[in-house]
Amino acid sequence: MSFTHEELAVMDSIIARYPKKRSAVMPLLHYVQSLDGYVTERGIETIAEKLDLSTAEVTAVSSFYTQYKSEPVGEYHVGICTNTLCAIMGGDAIYESVCQNLGIKKDQTTADGKISLERIECNAACDYAPVVMVNWEFYDNQTPASVNELLDGVRSGNPPAPTRGPSKLRTWKENSAVLAGLSDGLAEEGLQAGEASLLGLNIAKSQGSK
Amino acid sequence: MSTLSPVLSAHWDEPDSFTIAAYKRHGGYGALAKALKSTPDEVIALIKDSGLRGRGGAGFPTGNKWSFIPQGDNKAHYLVVNADESEPGTCKDMPLLLANPHSLIEGIIIGSYAIRANHSFIYLRGEVVHVYRRVQKAIEDAYAAGFLGKNILGSGFDLELTLHAGAGAYICGEETALLDSLEGFRGQPRLRPPFPAIAGLYAMPTVVNNVESIASVPSIIEHGVEWFQAMGTEKSKGYTLYSLSGHVANPGQFEAPLGITLRQILELAGGIRSGHQLKFWTPGGSSTPMFTAEHLDVPLDYEGVSAAGSMLGTKALQIFDETTCVVRATLRWVEFYKHESCGKCTPCREGTWWLVQIMKDLEAGKGTEADLEKLLDLCDNIAGRSFCALADGAVSPIISSLKYFRAEYIQHLTEGGCPFDPVASTLFETAGA
Repeated sequence: MSFTHEELAVMDSIIARYPKKRSAVMPLLHYVQSLDGYVTERGIETIAEKLDLSTAEVTAVSSFYTQYKSEPVGEYHVGICTNTLCAIMGGDAIYESVCQNLGIKKDQTTADGKISLERIECNAACDYAPVVMVNWEFYDNQTPASVNELLDGVRSGNPPAPTRGPSKLRTWKENSAVLAGLSDGLAEEGLQAGEASLLGLNIAKSQGSK
Repeated sequence: MSTLSPVLSAHWDEPDSFTIAAYKRHGGYGALAKALKSTPDEVIALIKDSGLRGRGGAGFPTGNKWSFIPQGDNKAHYLVVNADESEPGTCKDMPLLLANPHSLIEGIIIGSYAIRANHSFIYLRGEVVHVYRRVQKAIEDAYAAGFLGKNILGSGFDLELTLHAGAGAYICGEETALLDSLEGFRGQPRLRPPFPAIAGLYAMPTVVNNVESIASVPSIIEHGVEWFQAMGTEKSKGYTLYSLSGHVANPGQFEAPLGITLRQILELAGGIRSGHQLKFWTPGGSSTPMFTAEHLDVPLDYEGVSAAGSMLGTKALQIFDETTCVVRATLRWVEFYKHESCGKCTPCREGTWWLVQIMKDLEAGKGTEADLEKLLDLCDNIAGRSFCALADGAVSPIISSLKYFRAEYIQHLTEGGCPFDPVASTLFETAGA
């Protein structure tokens, strides 16, 4: 099954952003994931055709980057940070607890296709450790209990909002479209800064007022 | 006098801080108008004079980098912003972009004008969707306001700005790997020379700067070189973002003049978490050799940290208390480097696998003391033998932890396992969870 005319037109608009079209391979892969959920064969073939590359060249790029999935992932992709700082502060315990809860391990998806699990590396939110990402949205300061609630919410179709993100958690496909550069209009939702981001500023202000 | 100096973070407490309206309310885009009235060379000279140095790790003077771009060569020039923040412990650019993306956009326009670039790029790591939204919206609003596009503010200067999402590869934070990735290849570092200033993006003269470096530019244009130089130390001028994380009472971002010490920051932040003591810490991410309590008074500027045997890096202060097993921490970092090695250079690709195997045995108490020497010997054969600094980063935690905590490694061997309870280092009770 090939992509629709509209989808192919979106691909052309992505290519047009760059002085050289090969640069569009990464956003195009994100776009394919937004349509198919992962990097499908038809996605690889179409990107190769659009960019005058071989399918092997596109696959070589796709397989290099961990965010591009060669197998379907869940509608909600859960990443537990188990790099050193998060792991030590609780990320390892959270990972174990999530495995038990879901009955899957890293790089697996629940049978209903709803939730997949990944151990992730540092996600640049260490002042909010331990950090969990769902569809690459921040869930800050997590505990095994809070992640269980998060998973319950996902299962019942009512996940809690990300800590620093839009008011409602979007699906894997929807967020993949954002990474392809297709705006969902949610930029102004959510906090401008979390508590930790404001710590120094607040201290500076209280110093100044003394 | 205040020991902190919020500049980029000065208005983060306003709920609409990320909007163009809020940015302009505080004088935003005034520096751009000012810069466009100067010549590009005058802008470069000003940034050179300010002493601004790269905030992404290496500390190279930003103005010098700009001045390396050949002029009058009739080639396209590019400014590429490295927003691929992924060095473990580093968490400054993402909150900056969430709360104040226009400081980066304004800095990009000024920097592009200075180096005569008409198309610039932001390479943002892909695992931060909301940051992408904020930056994308900021770019759209800057276009709508006439700060991007054709004939910016009537100056005759044109600039296109493209936001590009990465896809989860730490190595793309290395500037030449980033350029390969942006060109649509696997992100693998290039041999240098030629440096990006001569042959960067699409083999054209290119400047690659960190988010914070570029975001600092408008403030320097606005307030002047003297204002900037009044902060910081002799060779490390200005203010910067320090990110405090780990076993502290209050983690967070601190914008302070370069040269502040960890002791000062901890005093402001309420110290180590209650009932515990500092054991080890990184001054600038996991690639910078770790410090201990004896380094609390090291000035956190480029020279001070270097003189004490580490690097300022990204100013990612990761704090670990006495409950933390340094062998476990080091192993996890080395596993990270193994996972993120791009595979181009043999010493890194193969060496990091060997490091992980030996470290795993040591943590499980299965090795012998001779393994410690083997580990150091391996490190010696890995560091400095690859195209980029990833491998150097991989050996940093090993060499530094062995320097300060050799006894703890040996304790694992004599006790036949890890003597630490991992539950004690978590922030919560795991029982019943």
